[in-house]
Amino acid sequence: MPTVEVYAHETLGKDLHALTFASPIDLRANHCQPGQFLHIRVSRSFDFLLRRPLSLCDADVEHNRLTVVYRVSGEGTRRLAARKPGDLIDVLGPLGQGFPIHDMDRRALLIGGGVGVPPLLELAKQLRASGKSVQTVVGFQTAGQLMLIEELAVYGEVAVMTDDGSAGERGRVTAALTAELCADADRYYACGPSVMLRAVQEEMSGKGVPGYLSLEERMGCGIGICVGCVHPVLRGGKLANAKTCRDGPVFDAQEVVFP
Amino acid sequence: MNGSQGDVDLSVSLLSLHLKNPVMPASGCFSFGKEAASFYDLNVLGAIVVKATTLEERLGNPTPRVAETAAGMLNAIGLQNPGVQRVMAEELPGLRRYPSVPVIVNVAGTAVEDYVAVVKALSTSPDVSAIELNISCPNVKCGGIQFGSDPRLAAAMVRAVKTVATRPVIVKLSPNVTDIVEMAVACEEAGADALTLINTVIGMKIDLEQRRPLLANGSGGLSGPAIKPIAIRMVYEVSRYVNIPVIGVGGIMTGADAIEFLLAGATAVQVGTANFVDPLACPRIIDETREWCVQHGVRSIRELIGVSWRANGR
Ligand SMILES: Cc1cc2nc3c(=O)[nH]c(=O)nc-3n(C[C@H](O)[C@H](O)[C@H](O)COP(=O)(O)OP(=O)(O)OC[C@H]3O[C@@H](n4cnc5c(N)ncnc54)[C@H](O)[C@@H]3O)c2cc1C
Ligand SMILES: Cc1cc2nc3c(=O)[nH]c(=O)nc-3n(C[C@H](O)[C@H](O)[C@H](O)COP(=O)(O)O)c2cc1C
Ligand code: FES
Repeated sequence: MPTVEVYAHETLGKDLHALTFASPIDLRANHCQPGQFLHIRVSRSFDFLLRRPLSLCDADVEHNRLTVVYRVSGEGTRRLAARKPGDLIDVLGPLGQGFPIHDMDRRALLIGGGVGVPPLLELAKQLRASGKSVQTVVGFQTAGQLMLIEELAVYGEVAVMTDDGSAGERGRVTAALTAELCADADRYYACGPSVMLRAVQEEMSGKGVPGYLSLEERMGCGIGICVGCVHPVLRGGKLANAKTCRDGPVFDAQEVVFP
Repeated sequence: MNGSQGDVDLSVSLLSLHLKNPVMPASGCFSFGKEAASFYDLNVLGAIVVKATTLEERLGNPTPRVAETAAGMLNAIGLQNPGVQRVMAEELPGLRRYPSVPVIVNVAGTAVEDYVAVVKALSTSPDVSAIELNISCPNVKCGGIQFGSDPRLAAAMVRAVKTVATRPVIVKLSPNVTDIVEMAVACEEAGADALTLINTVIGMKIDLEQRRPLLANGSGGLSGPAIKPIAIRMVYEVSRYVNIPVIGVGGIMTGADAIEFLLAGATAVQVGTANFVDPLACPRIIDETREWCVQHGVRSIRELIGVSWRANGR
């Protein structure tokens, strides 16, 4: 499979890394959508068999490079963290359906939690490039886990929430979704853990704002052949199990069902 | 074409089917082929085995459905599929684009009558070359596993299916039994045309943080390199004993793995989990198999089948 060269591997914080590598596809010829993911092998041997899904965080079209930002959360990401510039890594993607950008929108609200924050950066960039104003709310457990705040602030105002109040305001992201913040938002885009997405979906549908949710499920293949990564959705009034890797990870918030 | 590719003849015959090479994707590890077709021309494949098909639509199990383990993975998909009618109407016709590739449809169910009904329906389809009876899925309550672990029930199932089948019937066996040879013989005597072994090995992973099984289903089926020695042993013992062809599956990642299965006695091989790691696994394994034959002076791959136990082996 496509092996590409690591261009840079920066440490952004404790156990937090930004990995930049040559894009497996030509970015000038192929548009990649924010919210799509890269499926990366962390080892050449078969002891770590499955690829790890990491969201596209930045697409540098000019240099044909992609960046993912990830937290070391297990043995696989720990292995990945050892990669150095010049190393070759096996990357599949960008895969899946990302966040659609709507021509008529003027104002977008971005909502992220934890490792769901990275895809919002490329999204904010592309939204600004198409002339929309961007407001972002991000939530983390604690100050030590903050990521990409300054980078996001380039594209619009960023509100920070932490569970323990050690940075920004204390509380969940939903607490920041005030009536005035949502009043003139045409659409919201959310990525984070399921509990957060469920709360955001409820809050925003109550406020009448349409939006998209980027779901997280454990993946086998990432290309739609194992049916491991499904999430329930309502389609045509019928409950179905959609593949988050191929039909998603981004879904219209209206159709997502949380079991 | 006489099936020879380059200097090496990779073709094998399996029942009435001519396979241009012995490599086919395993059931449940290829869906119905649409996705893989965006990576390569499926015409290179020896055959295609599609996802398990049941009488009615099944939504499958809740998630997590997959978990990585050392050199392997656990899955508990739970036979998610649209049901046999939609499979025939919506999925199989797409494979007509690959006329040189036989299509084997994997069949699962709960009761004998379900299997019989599905096989009856499939026997009317022009798109089905053979049936693979999945009497061994570990992930559904009553998902066929009781047939897979009791030789008498397995034999009764095979007999019932054979009375309605108009295509060859391959029986896929579970490794989760005490005596695999006894199961194989029971199926052969009941009229099975070929055997596939093995399905996944039942396993479990506990999430240390949650202190509960990681898979929503609790247990799951182990696949990947971790199970290859189990599969090799079973193919070796069964192929020596029965007179019907054996298709080997379990942990094949490379051409060398495929060769090992042929030497153990398999006439053809299936590639499962490797497709998840490398979407190009099947064509790569075919190339590596040919390369191995070239390097070892093997003119026809058929020379290798069962050599490890044949008295006149090298
Ligand atoms: C579409 C998508 C996009 C993602 N984007 C990012 C991102 O941009 N940055 C980031 O830090 N993390 C992201 N994640 C989570 C990331 O995939 C996991 O943290 C990572 O796979 C953990 O691997 P590990 O080997 O370190 O952990 P282990 O626990 O050792 O992994 C074991 C297995 O479980 C899987 N797994 C473990 N945790 C998760 C999880 N939370 N989600 C899905 N699979 C998991 C692994 O892929 C692997 O197959 C994303 C997940 C998904 C589904
Ligand atoms: C995600 C997944 C789904 C599977 N689904 C089926 C299935 O529907 N029917 C079946 O007979 N076997 C199914 N299997 C078993 C495989 O076909 C194969 O027998 C097994 O995985 C061992 O081969 P491998 O190690 O190459 O994967 C499935 C395996 C996996 C990993
Ligand atoms: S991860 Fe295999 S179908 Fe989505």
